[in-house]
Amino acid sequence: MCVLLSFLVICAVAVSFSKKLLNSVLIFMSYSLIMSVIWMLLESPDLAITEAAVGAGITSVLFFVTLNRIHSMFKDASGKKKEVKEDEEKKSVQ
Amino acid sequence: MKKRNLFSSLLDWVWESRSDLYENMTIRDDDEEVNVITKAEHKEDIEKVKEKVFDAADRGSFRKWRFLYKILAVVFAVFFSAVLLITVGQLPKIGEINNPANNEVEKRYIEKGLEETGATNIVAGMILDYRAFDTLGESHVLFVAAIAVTILLRLDKSERDPEDTKITETITEAEEEDKIFEPHHDAILQKVAMLLVPIIILFGIYVILNGHLSPGGGFSGGAIIGAGLILYLNAFGFENTERFFNEKVYKTVIFSGLAFYALAKCYAFFCGANGLDSHISKGIPGHILSAGLILPLDIAVGCVVACTMYAFYAMFRKGGL
Repeated sequence: MCVLLSFLVICAVAVSFSKKLLNSVLIFMSYSLIMSVIWMLLESPDLAITEAAVGAGITSVLFFVTLNRIHSMFKDASGKKKEVKEDEEKKSVQ
Repeated sequence: MKKRNLFSSLLDWVWESRSDLYENMTIRDDDEEVNVITKAEHKEDIEKVKEKVFDAADRGSFRKWRFLYKILAVVFAVFFSAVLLITVGQLPKIGEINNPANNEVEKRYIEKGLEETGATNIVAGMILDYRAFDTLGESHVLFVAAIAVTILLRLDKSERDPEDTKITETITEAEEEDKIFEPHHDAILQKVAMLLVPIIILFGIYVILNGHLSPGGGFSGGAIIGAGLILYLNAFGFENTERFFNEKVYKTVIFSGLAFYALAKCYAFFCGANGLDSHISKGIPGHILSAGLILPLDIAVGCVVACTMYAFYAMFRKGGL
């Protein structure tokens, strides 16, 4: 339990300090997963199921789609690097 | 980016001697080509943006106020976090007898819940029988959220003006942008989805139908089904999902689910949270067909949640179902 809780805190801090938005979403996902295990240990399986389905599943998928929409799937938080550009370049060449 | 210590960057932020905003900024080009700019051009761009946005000449007079504003922001943040921490520190200990959470409501739910609702899962009995009124509000909140997303993201096809080509452009643009990242007949994804989607959806149905017997219920089961639908959509594309799930189905399911729930429980507006007898027999606790209205309400909530989740995803992807 203590290990899980400390992991939770580490995840919560890491979300705001990771450079890439994609990594942030992935860490957020693992946060929800740990949270659902904690709900399970606290003997509330109803919440555990909901947390796993909504927190780790649907919310992250919506985050991914939004990142895709605003074209920052592969940028870092300050919007500097554009690794996608290379892919698009290749596509336009083809 | 150079590494600087926290204190000096904080000082920089307060005095605005250095701003992350315009030093890391590039002006985005409308051209499709990837433009490579030299360092001098980059600097020029930054100067332009500085002049345009920050109005560098006029900044001095505002600087005092902005400084005060930032100091006040820090003071407020520290104050409120201190208040919250002190409040948390004074909460009653977990598990003590005299806590306000230990009152007659909890005793009634635990001791008479099975007898009065017929549900072996006390949580389901609580949220769909004793407090069904709250759940009615929750499902409507979800519905309102779906409507808000629709208003924001929907691109309308049917009611557009034939002369107005702008909307057509945005629709085709949205679909083309969507195709950049969409997997095109990805064999691995399709095989895995073939295997997983039926299992996920069956599990969701199981969670909904067993809501009154085991952990789970309408909301979690609906979210699981929605996740399964999203996986199917990702693997096989919009052409395949539109065969069984289009806007008409969405409207019908959402409307009938919410209307059924509202009709079954709207009397709570008049008699408060006191339940009325539904005259549906409670059945034998532990059987699938038991617990009166809980099972149908679970199914209604599950349908609404599954459709809403899928609709969220479809709206974000291409602005329509």
